[in-house]
Amino acid sequence: MTRTQAVAPILEARELARSFHVGQGMFAAPKTITAVDGVSLSLRPGEVLGIVGESGCGKTTLARMLLGLIPPSAGEARIDGRPIHTLGGRERARLIQPVFQDPYSSLNPRRRIRDIVALPLVAQRGFRAREIDRKVAAMLERVGLAPELGERLPAQLSGGQRQRVAIARALVAEPKVVICDEPTSALDVSVQAQILNLLDDLRRDLGLSYVLISHNLAVVEHLASRVAVMYLGRIVEEAPVEALFAAPRHPYTRALLASVLTPEPGLGIPDVGLGTTLPDPTNVPAGCRFHPRCPQVMETCRSVPPPRLVAAQDSVECHLFA
Amino acid sequence: MTPVLTVESLRVEIPVKSGLPRAVRGVDLAIGAGETHGLVGESGSGKSLTALGIMGLLPPRARRSAARLRLGEVDLLALGERAMEDVRGDRIAMIFQEPMTSLNPAFTVGAQLSETLRRHRKVTRGEAIARAAGMLARVGISSPRTRLAQYPHQLSGGLRQRVMIAMALLCEPKLLIADEPTTALDVTVQAQILRLLAELQRAMGLAILLITHDLSVVARVAQRVSVMYAGEIVETGEVADVFARPMHPYTRGLMSAVPVPGKVRRGAPLGTIAGVVPSLIGDIDGCAFRARCPSAHDACLRPPPVRGAGATRSYRCHLLPEVAEARP
Repeated sequence: MTRTQAVAPILEARELARSFHVGQGMFAAPKTITAVDGVSLSLRPGEVLGIVGESGCGKTTLARMLLGLIPPSAGEARIDGRPIHTLGGRERARLIQPVFQDPYSSLNPRRRIRDIVALPLVAQRGFRAREIDRKVAAMLERVGLAPELGERLPAQLSGGQRQRVAIARALVAEPKVVICDEPTSALDVSVQAQILNLLDDLRRDLGLSYVLISHNLAVVEHLASRVAVMYLGRIVEEAPVEALFAAPRHPYTRALLASVLTPEPGLGIPDVGLGTTLPDPTNVPAGCRFHPRCPQVMETCRSVPPPRLVAAQDSVECHLFA
Repeated sequence: MTPVLTVESLRVEIPVKSGLPRAVRGVDLAIGAGETHGLVGESGSGKSLTALGIMGLLPPRARRSAARLRLGEVDLLALGERAMEDVRGDRIAMIFQEPMTSLNPAFTVGAQLSETLRRHRKVTRGEAIARAAGMLARVGISSPRTRLAQYPHQLSGGLRQRVMIAMALLCEPKLLIADEPTTALDVTVQAQILRLLAELQRAMGLAILLITHDLSVVARVAQRVSVMYAGEIVETGEVADVFARPMHPYTRGLMSAVPVPGKVRRGAPLGTIAGVVPSLIGDIDGCAFRARCPSAHDACLRPPPVRGAGATRSYRCHLLPEVAEARP
């Protein structure tokens, strides 16, 4: 049987949205924050989808919904064809696992490393103790940790070693998708390079798919196959990584790429031309939500939400291309 | 011309239960007016302790010594704690990664800025508030009068960073020590803050010691750079020169570890530095980088010499310049 269509996505989101109510103090009325507002994306097996954007753009809320940690207010996320919110915790954990930014707070400080890594297997039940020992030992070796480190506590490990533990824990139950939320932001450059190399090797060897959330565009460029740019809860542009970096279309993507600093002396600091107003999720502007910062703002942008223009490989949400 | 800051053989030791870590092991620095000197290194390399040592802000049990520590013509080693307090915030100021390190959550922005000014200058409260508002405007804060009445928690991260910079520059210091000033910020805000610092530096003739682990920030804003490893400066020189021809194997390792869009092939393995940072407790025999160095050989059991490579360039390694340069 030949397949003419593209491979089915392993992870898919349709019009995902999530809002929060936040108190403003004792007498003020509570406000609603729409952290994620109509996000659709799909991740094919073996792919790395990078998600970039500034703090407060909704990256982490999106990640939490994809992991089934919080339910969406609207829309649906599916993994392996099944709605994530209908899956039990155990089933979900077998399909999708997180690696978080901070290897200091994401590991239980009172448990030995080998117990931390074994936990997903123990939670799955049905594994014999000996089998768990074997899998844990193999996984520790795979992520480059010496077997004797398994007997230590997290506090006895360096930052890079702890992030390896977090990766081992995520992968020990053989999930299909890993959500990496700023996996190297807390690490030194030389350690970051080791962890990025490791993540890429593991993806190739184990046939994994990643959603890679990062504010570091150089890291995303290095590992991702496609990139989605988020701004105040929406994906404003999505494209294959080469296209996005070579020819960014949305003015926000262009500004974001312009602000990336590379270790090239003499180039100075770019003027990204975004002004000093920062995006505020409690106060999303009318029309295009980027218009107060946009260097190419037009009259329509102030009142009319921009259309999403979808092509085979990419999409962009901006009046300039309508 | 006398440099704004002169540091020679600065050492910092902090006794702990298990021994005496030599956290800073003989650092030399000289920074001129209007110059930015980048101090790069990984966690634990001693770069922040170098800064705190210069500021005289080390923890009480730490021991500091130096052959020379001067701010212009002033010998900082000869100053008592009271006199040093007069210097800090006035002629030397420091900013940090986390603005709340310098801002007090219990006081308004205006109260903190005017207090800083009145601590060092004879001005009335009204004048102090006016100058504080002026400084907020200079760091690009719109409606400064409103901001003066607000508490730090009412401001966004980028604004807090600007307020901290305003507070540091209020007395027009000669030297600004910036310890990871933009590390916690979004890239867009980082670019704005770095441009702002550069503008203020030009206007005030500030000398800046920029401490960061981010090689890209150093490449873009500094004129000179020193690379720290295990409490020592292992390489120093003009930024353009060091980035084009890193001599020390550690500098080379660091540079190959950074992914650069358009320069490093996508998906190709990044360079790494094997092994871990050595313990600084007790004496370090030979080169501290030896155990991790791809070019280590027998000579490295002896302390490495400081080698010159051009007039403004030196590195601490047994490899001769022509050999060091030829390494991959």
